[in-house]
Amino acid sequence: MEPLIIEPSNTTPKVKFDPATGVMLLSGRSTPENSVEFYKQMLDWLDEYAGRPCQRTELNIKLEYFNTSSSKCLLDIFKSFNNLHKAGNDVIVKWYYEEEDEDMQEAGEDYSDLLNVPFEIIEVKE
Amino acid sequence: MIDLYSLYERMHDNNIMLSFKGEVTFDLIDSILKIIEGRLDKMEDDRKTMKKVYNILVECLQNLCHHVDSIEMDETMANMNRTAILIIFSDEHAYHVVTGNYIQNENVTPLRSWLDQINSNTKEELRELYKKILNNEQFSAKGGGGLGFIDIARKSGQKLLYNFQPVNTKYSFFSFQINIPKQ
Repeated sequence: MEPLIIEPSNTTPKVKFDPATGVMLLSGRSTPENSVEFYKQMLDWLDEYAGRPCQRTELNIKLEYFNTSSSKCLLDIFKSFNNLHKAGNDVIVKWYYEEEDEDMQEAGEDYSDLLNVPFEIIEVKE
Repeated sequence: MIDLYSLYERMHDNNIMLSFKGEVTFDLIDSILKIIEGRLDKMEDDRKTMKKVYNILVECLQNLCHHVDSIEMDETMANMNRTAILIIFSDEHAYHVVTGNYIQNENVTPLRSWLDQINSNTKEELRELYKKILNNEQFSAKGGGGLGFIDIARKSGQKLLYNFQPVNTKYSFFSFQINIPKQ
């Protein structure tokens, strides 16, 4: 299986999903007008990954901004990690937010409330 | 010749960062966001406030675009199709984002009650409402699904200001304002 690598743009995040190590990264900003289209490729990739996952899967979310159009897509991404966890795999989601950015901290907490997958919320000092 | 200097002075005195009236497209929105981001970078030292303003602006503009996108125009409004107004200004205490666009009269009541519902909620209630809609499978294909205004209210911590002005038997003009306090 090929890694999924997407370079960032002004409205879309950097994506690096590595099937060899199980370490996934989503970073930058996510404010596209049509998020569904953008996130579909990630969801498709994760569907395939779920067939042969690594022993440990780690998703690192380091978002600066995201719009409400992306918020549901992000939940869908988290749900696929949720399912991987439910299937008995070792999975962790790490949500990073910049120091004092309460909006991003709350957003992480909101997602964490809606999921059963281990979800860590980490403050990054500047 | 119009008195351009007095218009200029008025805009200057009101600390207008950007004003636009015309057809709203997604390309235009991208350009506006880039301009404002550059300007905020220079004038706002507090990163938290900067991020709030940017985030709220994204929601306001994408809302605006979806609104003008969904309106069905007939011959009475042919010249105003997709037209909207946007003003961003700041003062000592806050940033202000103001938008205006046409909506169909039948949409006035549902939008008004939605905005009133958001305004009557506490911070915690807004958070619960947001999570409830986020987790609802019946989410609109466009992705917004009504979260935009909740997000604007949550991030600003302020009431949503609005007004509906009847235009004719079919349309009203929807004015919206959100103030984002400076830290």
